[in-house]
Amino acid sequence: MKEYVQQAVKQERHIDGRGLTDYRSPITIENNISKNAEGTARVKIGKTEVVVGIKMDVGEPYSDSPDEGTIIVTAELLPMSNPLFESGPPGIQAIEIARIVDRGIRESKYLDFKKLCVKKGEKIWMVLIDIYTINDDGNLIDAAALAAIAALKDSKIPAIKEDKADYGNLTNKKLPLDEKNLPITVTVNKIGDKLLVDADSREEEAVTSRVSIAVKSNGEISAIQKGGEEGLTQEEVEKMIDIAIKKREELAKLLK
Amino acid sequence: MAYTKRLDGRSMDQLREMEAEIGVISRAQGSARFKIGDTVAIAAVYGPRELHPRFLQNPQKGVLRCEYDMMSFSVAERKRPGPSRRSQEISYVTGKCLEPVLDLNKYPNTVIDVFIYIPQANAGTRCAGICAATLALADAGIPMKDLVVAVSVGKVGEKIVIDLTKEEEDYLDGATDIPVAIMPRNGKITLLQLDGGVSKEELKEALILAKKGCEKIYEFLQDTLKKSVEAAK
Repeated sequence: MKEYVQQAVKQERHIDGRGLTDYRSPITIENNISKNAEGTARVKIGKTEVVVGIKMDVGEPYSDSPDEGTIIVTAELLPMSNPLFESGPPGIQAIEIARIVDRGIRESKYLDFKKLCVKKGEKIWMVLIDIYTINDDGNLIDAAALAAIAALKDSKIPAIKEDKADYGNLTNKKLPLDEKNLPITVTVNKIGDKLLVDADSREEEAVTSRVSIAVKSNGEISAIQKGGEEGLTQEEVEKMIDIAIKKREELAKLLK
Repeated sequence: MAYTKRLDGRSMDQLREMEAEIGVISRAQGSARFKIGDTVAIAAVYGPRELHPRFLQNPQKGVLRCEYDMMSFSVAERKRPGPSRRSQEISYVTGKCLEPVLDLNKYPNTVIDVFIYIPQANAGTRCAGICAATLALADAGIPMKDLVVAVSVGKVGEKIVIDLTKEEEDYLDGATDIPVAIMPRNGKITLLQLDGGVSKEELKEALILAKKGCEKIYEFLQDTLKKSVEAAK
């Protein structure tokens, strides 16, 4: 399989025939996964499926940021979604996905943490972003990051009753999101000497290095993560960033 | 106040609306989604496959392993991701309830893994999970003597009802929840739990109601499987 993938990529195409910088299609984004969540999203890229749910809770601020809310991102690579995933506490792959999604949102300032302050020094909103993989046919990172953004957009803030979240009672207030800072994560992979996006699960086995890049609406880069065993030249990294900047627009258009 | 009319307007023996879909997870051998009211379960089956670590292998028969869990955002008060004591117990009883329809002697040294997750919960999640799992096992092509069908019955106020909602479970004057799974062909019960308080007569009445409800769900599940087989042709 690995050789088959390498051969296809050499000829400038994915094994399913699309161009190297084409995502699988369609990419779909839906909401309404759970009525009990503040917001949800399901993203499908090809056969890959990821769901994200947002819950909010009132908590205490960190002492170094007394007037700021916060996010907590977790990812569960469900053993249901891939025959190789095992039950048990999150492994390093799950932790990495959660961290990439966390940084993309946190560092982009897409979510205005200051506006999540309930009472300075005492009460803030914690936004809990939980990612679950349903079917892993490759490129979980981009799917998870996109689903997290779609779920944030879908969220409504609960009412507060006696300093606690009143979950049965969602307000009409959306989360404080700054659209000019909207981060979209694009993972660019290297196979042989070619660069490609959206590797499926068979292609991922042939990937020697990958870089996940979160790019904001204004073109600014808010997070990067390099993975894979092999090193990259600066020229290659620059090319990858160009691809990410270009592809982000396509993905951003899919969001409502 | 006596419970004379159900909070959502159903009759005492009426199930919530059902939906089902087969083959929703391409990586799995078999998979299904089952929805009853606002409760949704997704199940996937892998196997029979080699069981690791090896000391868990049984040379006489295969092992059925079940994992049930709720997604953190499936309930109003966020559930911490990862298994809880509750989910581990449900995983265990779900495995025991599915096992009687499988012939595990055919698969020595292997494991059949059944994974069940709940993205949206409004009571009856273990029963919805069992219905999803039974569809996923059938979709995986694993020979089964029958489907296992589950529904919760119980007592709300003084009334025996089927397929309780969360609101009914939380009924102020008290509610009893009785999840039941049945193999419809021989009528045997493979899962039975109870949480609350009922008389022997009430339990009898509830079990009769569960059997009736399971027959309706059985028809629906069989119909779903038939349609998926026809669609595959």
